[in-house]
Amino acid sequence: MKHTMSQKTILLDHGSGGLASQELISNLFLKHLGNKILSALEDCAVIENQPGRLAFTTDSYVVDPIFFPGGDIGTLAVHGTINDLAMRGARPLALSLALILEEGLPLTDLERIIISIRDASQESNVAIVTGDTKVVPRGKGDKIFINTSGIGLVAEGVEISASMARAGDKIILSGSMGDHGVTIMTRRAGMTLAGNLRSDSMALHTMVQKLLAGLPPGSLHTLRDPTRGGVATSLCEIAASSGLELEIDEDRIPLRAEVRAACEILGLDPLYLANEGKCIAMVAPEIADQALALLRAESGGKEAAIIGALTSGPARVTLKTTIGGTRIITPLHGAPLPRIC
Amino acid sequence: MKYVDEFRDPELTAHLLHELKAASTRPFRVMEVCGTHTMAIFRSGLRALLLPEIELISGPGCPVCVTSASHIDAFLQMAELPETRLAIFGDLFRVPGSKGATLAHAHAQGAKIDIVYSSMDGLELARRNPAEMVVFPGIGFETTSPGLAATIMAARQQNIDNFAVFSTHKTMLPPLMALLGDPRLRIDGLLCPGHVSSIIGAAAYQPLAEQNHLACVIGGFEPTDILQALILMAKQINEGRAEVENGYTRAVTWEGNGRARALVATVFKPVDMEWRGLGMIEGSGLAIREEYAGFDAQSRLSIPLPESKEPPGCLCGQILKGITAPPACPLFGKGCTPATPIGPCMVSSEGTCAAYFTYGNYSR
Repeated sequence: MKHTMSQKTILLDHGSGGLASQELISNLFLKHLGNKILSALEDCAVIENQPGRLAFTTDSYVVDPIFFPGGDIGTLAVHGTINDLAMRGARPLALSLALILEEGLPLTDLERIIISIRDASQESNVAIVTGDTKVVPRGKGDKIFINTSGIGLVAEGVEISASMARAGDKIILSGSMGDHGVTIMTRRAGMTLAGNLRSDSMALHTMVQKLLAGLPPGSLHTLRDPTRGGVATSLCEIAASSGLELEIDEDRIPLRAEVRAACEILGLDPLYLANEGKCIAMVAPEIADQALALLRAESGGKEAAIIGALTSGPARVTLKTTIGGTRIITPLHGAPLPRIC
Repeated sequence: MKYVDEFRDPELTAHLLHELKAASTRPFRVMEVCGTHTMAIFRSGLRALLLPEIELISGPGCPVCVTSASHIDAFLQMAELPETRLAIFGDLFRVPGSKGATLAHAHAQGAKIDIVYSSMDGLELARRNPAEMVVFPGIGFETTSPGLAATIMAARQQNIDNFAVFSTHKTMLPPLMALLGDPRLRIDGLLCPGHVSSIIGAAAYQPLAEQNHLACVIGGFEPTDILQALILMAKQINEGRAEVENGYTRAVTWEGNGRARALVATVFKPVDMEWRGLGMIEGSGLAIREEYAGFDAQSRLSIPLPESKEPPGCLCGQILKGITAPPACPLFGKGCTPATPIGPCMVSSEGTCAAYFTYGNYSR
């Protein structure tokens, strides 16, 4: 199969449910993703009952380009859904994987994505336990769309949500912002910039579990992964949910030089660019340094920084600028568009 | 980052602010002509540091904002033509025409519209899609017209026949002359646009300064650039001088860029041009010369120019003239937001209304 795959593309037959579908399932999906539950090929996965509250989330992935430095649509589909679970303090248990393929997608591209999904799933230690594949005629889709749903367990006493944020809390960002968004935007614009722009796509559940294990119970109040809309939009959502004022300091927000340079050239504000491997944490002030140390001990959190604090002011986000001025941060409106001059 | 951090240095900024306050013996009003200045002043937090002694009002220098509704309607007509692809600057995507429709709507209906970073990218699209007519709606001022002239010359040189430009290009001085003649606009100084000035040269403002007895200072776009320009202006105002001064010497010379101007003069000729909110201004536009008529989309595709209708209630015209501030518009923040813009000043990220809405008026 692998030998001939290089010349082959996805045909409508692969979504028919017939022989071609079965071949695709056994020769590609099960070959790379197979596990006890998935390989049974039942209509649904049955997962043993475990103590705790169930967390459940879903997300669809339509990124263009499908391959980019630092990952591809497959890694995003695994990391993104795991991260949504992690942001409520849940320990991810299992993922579903649904693919909508456009007729004509090269099988080599599909295999490359499935291998990425396998690697991301193995590294995160979260299995794909159920799946589905459909094929749409050429022109009715765009190469590949992926939906993943995830379930996880929230341990007793863990209560993490935007409404738990408290006045006085410190705001921590787990690393540099804008890496994913600027990588995608420069690729789309067909620009090759000097420096090493790459997506930050990674799973955050291990980092979150380390925080939960290392911090006093109840001191980790809110977690958000600033994906679409960026850090600015996530902070605005937290301000709206908590009714508090979030004050952040421009100089303290980690930003890689390459990302900053690309933003200066393209006229983009990195506060509004998507991240796929970062979280914003609101923590009790007395344990902020401890939380920072725990994050920095993780490979994806080495650049973590306290970027601001919450106050009882009006529900809004304010930014202290580099030159000592202050401005209000509003959520993203529409898609970020490049400027003329 | 080199060439950026030096100009955003907090200590230097504090020092310049101190110097500015010392140089200003009375409050004064400045019009910043350029949309990039408006955005930089808000984004850096400078506005909150300057008020109330120095009041900054935004001028007509946002290219998207001054594009007339009839020109947007013409772009929409072109988008609907078969075998036609539009290559546009991103901020044009959401600008409403006279009936509220945008190129984003046309795109959703199947029109072929690509967002590009330069007119040269548009030419490249034409090369890659020989079966289609690729049209570049030319908007902007002296900053973008030399590049567009070079693109049209390149298209001729490379015999690319399926590329055309719909020029609504404008020049900066005629509308400033017209605006400054309006007695409702009371300003003490003009913060002249840095990038436009790099082409037209500081000398170009001499008649403005003399005829209107106005301090004209050219400024760059970093916070310390803007402060330095304002210090020069404060000194002029105190001493009763009305001169052209260049506060952006690392980019702007007295004579400007003659080579770029020659390119523009080769391809374009001055024409009367309609500005959104300001109406028709004599000699303020650039049309493609007969020698390059093959690249003129308006004549080649026979696009009629309908009459402009402004959205009812929209005060963009007065805002562009610096007579009214955005919060005074009845639509501001209610029907008209960056997500659902009614007037053009809310669409472009450089628009005055978008700047006011996005960055707000910060107060404790």
